[in-house]
Amino acid sequence: MKWDVIVAGAGTAGLTAAVRAAQSGKKVLVLAKGAGATHLAPLTIDVLGYAPERVESPLASLGGFLADNPDHPYARTGEAAIGEALAWFSDVMAETYPYTGGLERNILLPSAIGAWRPSALVPVTMAEGDLRRDEPMVIVGLRQLKDFHPALLADNLQRAGVPARAVELDIEFDRVDVSTVGLARALDRPEVRSLLAAQLAVRLRSGERVGFPAALGLRHAHTVWSELQDRLGRPVFEIPTVPPSVPGLRVDRILTDALRAAGGRVILGSEIVGAQPDAGGVTVRAKAAARDIEHRADWLVLATGGFAEGSIMLDADWRARETVLDLPLAHVPAAGEARFVPDYFDVQPMARVGVAVDAGLRPVGPDGSRVHERVLVAGASIGGAVPWKEHSGEGISVTTGYHAAGQIAPKASPSVGTRAAA
Amino acid sequence: MSAVHEDDVLLGLIRGSLDHCVKCTICETHCPYSNATSLFPGPKYVGPQAERFRTGEEVTPDASVDYCSSCGICTKVCPQGVHIAEINTRAKAKLAEAEGVPLRNQLLGRPDKLGALGTPVAPLANWTLANRPLRALAQKILGIHRDAALPTFAGTTFQRWAKRHTAPPEATKEVVFFHGCGTNYYEPDLGEKTVAILEHNGFKVTVPKQGCCGLPLQSNGIFPAGRAYSKRLAKHLAPHAREGKAIVGVATSCTLMVKREAREILGLDEDPDVRVVSEHTFDICEFLLDLHDRGELRTDFQPVEEVVAYHAPCQQQGHNIGKPALDLFALVPGLETVEMHSHCCGIGGTYGLKEEKRQISLDVGADLFAQVREADPTIVACDSETCRWHIEKETGVTNLHPVEILHRAYGL
Repeated sequence: MKWDVIVAGAGTAGLTAAVRAAQSGKKVLVLAKGAGATHLAPLTIDVLGYAPERVESPLASLGGFLADNPDHPYARTGEAAIGEALAWFSDVMAETYPYTGGLERNILLPSAIGAWRPSALVPVTMAEGDLRRDEPMVIVGLRQLKDFHPALLADNLQRAGVPARAVELDIEFDRVDVSTVGLARALDRPEVRSLLAAQLAVRLRSGERVGFPAALGLRHAHTVWSELQDRLGRPVFEIPTVPPSVPGLRVDRILTDALRAAGGRVILGSEIVGAQPDAGGVTVRAKAAARDIEHRADWLVLATGGFAEGSIMLDADWRARETVLDLPLAHVPAAGEARFVPDYFDVQPMARVGVAVDAGLRPVGPDGSRVHERVLVAGASIGGAVPWKEHSGEGISVTTGYHAAGQIAPKASPSVGTRAAA
Repeated sequence: MSAVHEDDVLLGLIRGSLDHCVKCTICETHCPYSNATSLFPGPKYVGPQAERFRTGEEVTPDASVDYCSSCGICTKVCPQGVHIAEINTRAKAKLAEAEGVPLRNQLLGRPDKLGALGTPVAPLANWTLANRPLRALAQKILGIHRDAALPTFAGTTFQRWAKRHTAPPEATKEVVFFHGCGTNYYEPDLGEKTVAILEHNGFKVTVPKQGCCGLPLQSNGIFPAGRAYSKRLAKHLAPHAREGKAIVGVATSCTLMVKREAREILGLDEDPDVRVVSEHTFDICEFLLDLHDRGELRTDFQPVEEVVAYHAPCQQQGHNIGKPALDLFALVPGLETVEMHSHCCGIGGTYGLKEEKRQISLDVGADLFAQVREADPTIVACDSETCRWHIEKETGVTNLHPVEILHRAYGL
């Protein structure tokens, strides 16, 4: 098949690029080795949380941050692209899973263990957990749910000065071992949430807002959340959990549905084993049953991730290599330079390794010239960022995915609103 | 013979892949079966985790792997390349070897034998299968659920038709047709339509002697017999593959078996016949779309005024070829296609026929059935026969193979 665009990778960056390109009328194929990191990440859109001190306003801090980090992916796309990308993402989510926030002020949310997470754009179902507000919190757990510990969470919040306590409910499920996905599916059923609300209501104190593990419904999250708010008569919020990430699955579904509605196609389990760019496009060879299959497109968006995703490999001689196209990498420590520093939680020099790109997200060589005109790079494949430290992962993915698609369709798609997040 | 095959060179690779499992649980979020029943704890649990205990004589820590349908979705979604479904189906075989296989599974694993038995006495056989008290009895004795969809014997075979059929003289290209058991005994007209389409596109269609691919035996954990079936089929088809001819199949599960599963699950990767046949086999929609890509597919399609809900079954998705049926449908004027987006209809080949698994099968399929109802189509199109029979019974909507719609559009 001949496609307008092949996107390699089905994570947040890849799906963002794919949906935007498909909505602008392009014929899009997503090829991925497997499901993307959407399944693991909380999918709050963290743009800039630490620089290195906690960031109150990404809008106010980005200028200084990018002056200090001129090779950051945001420096490539430009600040304006961040706001546009967030507005676009909000629009895509608005109908079934609305987001709130923007670049002006980070929202501070509790993490799965009660640490503070600054994020620019968050699902409405999480927003009432803003730690800047005064109302005390009650964190609700379920005895049957693994990997969510309300007492630990409440203790850590207390320690940081946030009034919080824990409540654990005991609700019978037909499963011995309930994951957040199992709980979310159960709560999509009205009778289960009635039961939950009834059990919980009697244990709440006046003035408390209620924090749940982020499992309030998989398909009908917004309905489940607003129904619980109504029944409990107080603000309700979700707290992201360890994987599997229900909020991530919701976003994955919405983006995938949007892609399908726009005529796009996804093939999972089809790792790319080679790609040959030329002046007119790219020929991609991917794994399939019995034999590799060649797919041809005018453009390839590479959104396969970095070290963590196995898309950049480090060999025994400390040579880092991008696995699909062997693209030039930036920020690789030179011979004799420190590759790692002793403090595990410090910024590791190796962490910034990634594909070097220009403002048009084309891969570039050491001299800054483009190595492939028809290849675009998005997400964690791009070097120059330390997402976990900066709290910038989803922001980079959404911004570069959006910006990459914009290079293909220079005239912005009609669905792009002017509702800038700024 | 044992569940572990002496020439199985892939065993190490497949088993070794479990070390890549980072316990991310992506497979469990996608597994349609573990999400429908607590009897199946999920692909990660029975796969990469339990496999570590299956050393030497240890069979498996528990028997829950029997509730895996072998749909293969876990392997497809795994971002680490762990061969989860392959590990689990192999574990099923070790379990079957250790604990024995019930008569029911022995029967369901051999559609060729059932077909050969039922065809000469089709009216009686069909009456029996439609008879409520007898189905209740079959449930009691055999454990085949009385409400599960079973096909109707055609009373003749596709092979018989093919022997009498004469190819049009103007054919310039040659293709081999792998029709599968479903076409041979239950839906010979699907085979006739496929041949007509291929001939319309200038092919001489060869229908060699062939048998069952061994997939039902494999899914039921009966590997030694499954291997014998697989090798026998490959032996029939290999001479044609060696001549460089394409082998085109109309049953997507069977073409996937021939392409990949016989090699990776049954461990026949080193069998020269299996290998050469695998490399030359195509699913019919894949083959037709390839023709179209080369500008060689006739597109003299008449309008077909239907609303088609297309379900790509899990085994079709296992080919990693996307959804060529959708691209072919797009060539047909008047046809309105609605793409379903559900992993699995729940039948899992013979899984949903089993008494103890019937409800799970319905729960797995509920999502797809709801999508079908919402789309309100005149036809459901699906590439796999057991899925079509199941979906048709549970939704009441006529189910067709995609090529049947193309056949109508060609006006053949």
